[in-house]
Amino acid sequence: MQTRQLVDAGARWLFFVAAVLSVLILAGIFGMLLFNGSRAFPAISWVQFFFSSNWNPSAYGEPSYGILSMIVSTFLVTIGAMLIAVPLGVGTAAYLAEVASPRVRLFLKPTIELLAAIPSVAIGFIGIVVVGPFLAKVFGLNNGLTALNGAILLAIMSLPTIITVAEDAIYAVPTSFKEASYALGANKWITLIRVILPAAYSGIIAAVILGMGRAIGETMTVLMATGNATAMPRGFFDPVRTMTATIAIELGEVPYHTTHYYSLFAVGAVLFLISLIVNLIAEQIAARYRYKY
Amino acid sequence: MNHKNCYYLFLLILFAWSCDRQHAGVSSLLIKGSDTEVNLALSLAETYMMQDEYVSIAVTGGGSGAGVAALINGKTSIANSSRPMKSEEIVLAKQRGVRPQASVFAMDALAIVVHEQAPVRDLTMTQLGAIYRGAISNWRDVGGPNMPISLYGRQSNSGTFVYFRDSILRGEYARQTKQMNGTAQMVEAIKNDPAGIGYVGVGYVVQKDGSVLPGITILPVREHEHSPAYSPTNLDNITNGHYPIVRPLFQYTNGRPDGALRNFMLYCLSEAGQRLVAESGYYPVSKRYWAQNEQVLNFSYADATTR
Repeated sequence: MQTRQLVDAGARWLFFVAAVLSVLILAGIFGMLLFNGSRAFPAISWVQFFFSSNWNPSAYGEPSYGILSMIVSTFLVTIGAMLIAVPLGVGTAAYLAEVASPRVRLFLKPTIELLAAIPSVAIGFIGIVVVGPFLAKVFGLNNGLTALNGAILLAIMSLPTIITVAEDAIYAVPTSFKEASYALGANKWITLIRVILPAAYSGIIAAVILGMGRAIGETMTVLMATGNATAMPRGFFDPVRTMTATIAIELGEVPYHTTHYYSLFAVGAVLFLISLIVNLIAEQIAARYRYKY
Repeated sequence: MNHKNCYYLFLLILFAWSCDRQHAGVSSLLIKGSDTEVNLALSLAETYMMQDEYVSIAVTGGGSGAGVAALINGKTSIANSSRPMKSEEIVLAKQRGVRPQASVFAMDALAIVVHEQAPVRDLTMTQLGAIYRGAISNWRDVGGPNMPISLYGRQSNSGTFVYFRDSILRGEYARQTKQMNGTAQMVEAIKNDPAGIGYVGVGYVVQKDGSVLPGITILPVREHEHSPAYSPTNLDNITNGHYPIVRPLFQYTNGRPDGALRNFMLYCLSEAGQRLVAESGYYPVSKRYWAQNEQVLNFSYADATTR
């Protein structure tokens, strides 16, 4: 065999290992979460774990391990974030792809992508000192560290994802669609709303779900800015403690191989499953839109 | 790899090697735990390292729970804790072959803080417990205006959280309690919340001259309904034991300390160490804990003072 063939085979083998490795790591992480998480269950009943809203492992009396209010908190913050980020994000994407002049676009796009580079701690800090007090003043609350605060911050954090993916989708709509619409006498606005956005529909959905995945898994920001009360939230003006925040707060203090330790892995497994499902859905939709035209 | 990269790699190796050389013959100690104590531990470690160049001490926070967990998992020399270890933790430690020994190196007083426009003048220990358990949820019920109480506590990995629960609440925290990431966040929240109540280390909110951080009020506390109310702003109330919310700050080690570890801990208890404790906003070890310290560290306060 010649040397260059050898190099070729070697490189091929190397990249194969790299690809397999990441799959193995994923499987390993999931396996470890499931394995450790399942060990919490002789001590905690499944019913209590999923349907009790009382999470208090370091209790004065009997510890309790119910994750319902955490799940509700996570979804409350995430859905709130999407309610804010989707109109803003899709609007911005439509503007960038269809309306903005090339010069404006050249300036705006990298700036928006830069938003993704802000560390989550910094966003959390802004939540504590700027957004939180502002919300408290506007809505007359005792304290601004609420689900709404977290939702606004997560919306900011998921905007770059949503805008980038949605813009690609809108940009990918064939020009012939637009030309056909104009030929029928539609103006720019009607073309955008009735033709381009529906055509880019699946890509936009993928963008939203990817943004949602970003929001569900975010830890530092919600930990800092949402008040972390374990009670079941009654709405956006209550403090919440999400699954990610709970793991981050408690994993450092917990003695290894105790029920509390295993239960945190179980919370991690639930979180992993939720984001896995969200990502799978996004993949499905994205795949569909890729082959549409 | 080109020559430039080779050169950098060489420099890196040289650097790592020289770091290693520097540390030869130096014993390094790790201190981990309570965020309440982290600044104090840091200044004690820094002053000690100045007089003993053969010791290097690294101090990290993370909360008492984190410190104790690190001790149990064999990852720290000293676990700083602002609460005693729980019995489960001690059992767990013993299973892992770790024998925790506690000594007390300082005392800390907790102040009860409310908004600048204080809703009440003082509280009893019973009222305080009932408020945080959620049994009393309106300031009206403790003689204040008709306003729901907004509770602020620390996170569950904080020793202050546990101390307050075990000594003041003697029960579970009301689940509406907002868990703050640290003292600073608690103080900021109280400043903006006329119905808020929180607890923080006195050293954080009372300056050395006895003045209080602007924007908040420190509530005097009564031991019983008919006993007088004492405020921690008057430092005498703490040292003479009138103020009721005072707790010991622990250093946990695996077994009785010896060598460099023991020397450092003795320094903490020495006159110079205790002076530093007082300067950092804490209080010297109360005599109640002297015997325990003497036993763990195998020394005598009497000898230490005559020396």
